[in-house]
Amino acid sequence: MSTEQHRFVVLLVEDEPADAHLVRAAISENHILADLRIAVDGREALEYLRRQGPRFADAPRPNLILLDLNMPRMDGREFLAAIKQEPHLRDIPVVILTTSEVERDVLASYHLGAAGYITKPVDVLQFMAAIRDLGDYWFDLVRLPHQK
Amino acid sequence: MSERRNLRVLIVEDEPGDERLMRLALRQGGFAVDLDTVSDGHSAQRFLRREGEQFAHAPRPDLILLDLKMPGQNGLEFLAAVKQDERLRDIPVVVITTSTLGADVLAAYQHGAAGYVQKPTDINEFVAAIEKLGQYWFNLVRLPENPG
Repeated sequence: MSTEQHRFVVLLVEDEPADAHLVRAAISENHILADLRIAVDGREALEYLRRQGPRFADAPRPNLILLDLNMPRMDGREFLAAIKQEPHLRDIPVVILTTSEVERDVLASYHLGAAGYITKPVDVLQFMAAIRDLGDYWFDLVRLPHQK
Repeated sequence: MSERRNLRVLIVEDEPGDERLMRLALRQGGFAVDLDTVSDGHSAQRFLRREGEQFAHAPRPDLILLDLKMPGQNGLEFLAAVKQDERLRDIPVVVITTSTLGADVLAAYQHGAAGYVQKPTDINEFVAAIEKLGQYWFNLVRLPENPG
């Protein structure tokens, strides 16, 4: 599919290739017209958003960020805190997508400005359904900033 | 799974007709939620801070649905105040409004909104919109635990 048909850019911040693959499959399965970009940790995601380095010089601004919490180098909490402090990035909604079920993580995520906290279902069909419902909300129902 | 109490939603909305419609849509969507309604930002802040006799026993909401255009304190001012309050900022606030201005969309996200929904004028579309919103916030995502 060419990028012209993509209506949304989604930045997935996820260090596990298998999990990233599953998100990509779920987006495709649910016919969500999103151009999925992947950063492997918080630091790379910040480089992406700030367009640092030749790799990210033309990186398109995401309409939505899906964020894992537990990653090496810079974890999801630090990344979330960092972008919510940047005036030109803070309007991008960030949804947590994680295996952590710890209440402390839920509370901290909302406190830092997350726009949702999804515990990754282990079952693949349930995972597909979760991405469908996420898509129905963010790409069908709500209006996002800087939306074409 | 342990038995869960109903989720609590605070509707900040000055139009009684819109408030009734929202109640109807939530019921029709089969969502087990308890609703409280206040008609402007100042009352909403007093509700959240349990100020005055009227709000002395006001329950803490799990989610806030916020109109933007209201007399007294408008929606954006209220949103900014909630997101600056350490004890309240973890409550997600979804804007539901008739405004279609790109500037309002951007300002809402910059102030920490967790979604911006344009109120459909058609009743069936309105009910469908509330169903998507409910599916995301009441069934998909995990919200912070709320002692009430």
